Amino acid sequence: MKTKLTLSQKAGLLSLGLLAVILLVWQLATLPDTHAAAANVDPEYAALMGGGAAKAASSFPTPGAMAQTVWDRLSHPFYDNGPNDKGIGIQLAYSLARVLGGFALAAIVAIPLGFAIGNSRVVYQAINPYVQLLKPISPLAWMPLALYTIKDASASAIFVIFICSLWPMLINTAHGVANVRKDWLDVSRTLEVNPLRKAFRVILPAAAPTILTGMRISMGIAWLVIVAAEMLVGGTGIGYFVWNEWNNLSLTNVLFAIFMIGVVGMALDSIFGVLAKRVAYQE
Amino acid sequence: MTNPSTHPFLQVENLARAYPSPTGHDAVTVFDHVNFRIHKGEFVCVTGHSGCGKSTILNILAGLDSASAGNVFMDGREVSGPSLDRGVIFQSHALMPWLSVLENVSFAVKSRWPSWHKSKIRDHAMRYIELVGLKGAEHKKPSQLSGGMKQRVGIARAFSIEPKMLLMDEPFGALDALTRGVIQDELLKICAETQQTVFMITHDVDEAILLSDKIMLMSNGPHARIAEIVNNTLPRPRERSAIHKQPHYYPIRNHLVDFLVSRSKQFGALRDAPDAPSSPTVFDPEDLIEAEIDPVVHLPPVGKPHIHLVNA
Repeated sequence: MKTKLTLSQKAGLLSLGLLAVILLVWQLATLPDTHAAAANVDPEYAALMGGGAAKAASSFPTPGAMAQTVWDRLSHPFYDNGPNDKGIGIQLAYSLARVLGGFALAAIVAIPLGFAIGNSRVVYQAINPYVQLLKPISPLAWMPLALYTIKDASASAIFVIFICSLWPMLINTAHGVANVRKDWLDVSRTLEVNPLRKAFRVILPAAAPTILTGMRISMGIAWLVIVAAEMLVGGTGIGYFVWNEWNNLSLTNVLFAIFMIGVVGMALDSIFGVLAKRVAYQE
Repeated sequence: MTNPSTHPFLQVENLARAYPSPTGHDAVTVFDHVNFRIHKGEFVCVTGHSGCGKSTILNILAGLDSASAGNVFMDGREVSGPSLDRGVIFQSHALMPWLSVLENVSFAVKSRWPSWHKSKIRDHAMRYIELVGLKGAEHKKPSQLSGGMKQRVGIARAFSIEPKMLLMDEPFGALDALTRGVIQDELLKICAETQQTVFMITHDVDEAILLSDKIMLMSNGPHARIAEIVNNTLPRPRERSAIHKQPHYYPIRNHLVDFLVSRSKQFGALRDAPDAPSSPTVFDPEDLIEAEIDPVVHLPPVGKPHIHLVNA
């Protein structure tokens, strides 16, 4: 008897199938090729390195080794053995703190400013050239300037997050505010609603979905940029962790970090997805 | 009762609106020399072809738009901006989709009486929601309502602030005929209860006859004007099912349809004549019956006061 599967059951099975294929290919690609390794290694180098020379050829981890690392690291996420050896939880917490700090600052600036820009054609036209000029600049290009002026590596990273989060929120807020349906504004005019009440009870809810989309884009970009920023400023954070493990030639840890960056990014995005649903309205 | 002709509630004097022409120098005058008065408790319908500026006049009365020339006085004061004294029912209902029915109406009530306590606002809003027959749907969002129900919320919201005057811009234009009939009946009932003064735009001749005390007919734009005013003296209370049996019903209806079909176009040529009347021609149903029998139209003498108050 054939049982009918729901759409999500089918998709789930397909996903699992894909995972199995990926793991199989990974396993096959990382099988220790001892014969070839032994043949290619210079005997003198092999003598100097002991067993290490042969192993170096397959330093890309097997799925099994990877799983072991993930398990070990996730079972002790918050240990701290000095600057070069911290748990993944601590590193992610540093990165998240920077992202949230820069993001919050950007929201504090961008949302009121976006309101002003969206409400007034004059302000819009006055500010638009600056936004257009500043928007395409890679946030990392600000890093030297930030380091010079702020003179603090961690604060500079926050500044870089601030700059990259600013534009999508600013543009979306202005766009959302400028495109509030005229009917709703007319209603509030005929009801003689005062400007503050109009801003919070009419314009803000009307523009909220657009503003939230801007915030979601900003958060996505901020999480992309923090990795690069922390590779530059060093010290702590998931970006620093990736670079440090690259210097340690621990591809297992690099892969693990990549995986965690993806997980956290996905979680951040889904938080904004939930928020977006809450402010959405159907006309 | 005070003599209404000396104290009109709403007085519109020489209203005109011009838009800059897209090609440059010459402005396009949509309407000019628009004069009319509305008395307290009167229900006035305006009809005319698209582009004659009906909606612009309504928006000027609402204070949402401004005139190029002329004045609007309400209750002896000049209208210079939107006010809670004038409630507006928009064709597109203009409900805020993120608020429930009750919240939409409460928003208006709170705007009118900011110092009221929450529970008082709620009770007041609920009274008007019940009035339009939406009790039980007060927690629904507009998107969960049918077009007719949305417009009822719009009506409840406009009535809830107890405005001195109600402005309606084709409120039922987007509704199907059955729903429209039901809501017209309700509006008729509510207006009778509240003695509301109403200015309403409609394209529907039957709707105008059913609801109004006075029907203003606008000629075609540009340079549109109120060309004729028909006093609708059909007795109240009016019943949709019986109104067409009234002796004056068809003369009025034919007169309105004839205007929309032919006279609205001709007026443009007439008004440039040196002896063109500066105020609209006023028709009473009696005149119209005569006109039916006798093909020669008996125009009332020029200079006759252009407002008739018949059994107001």
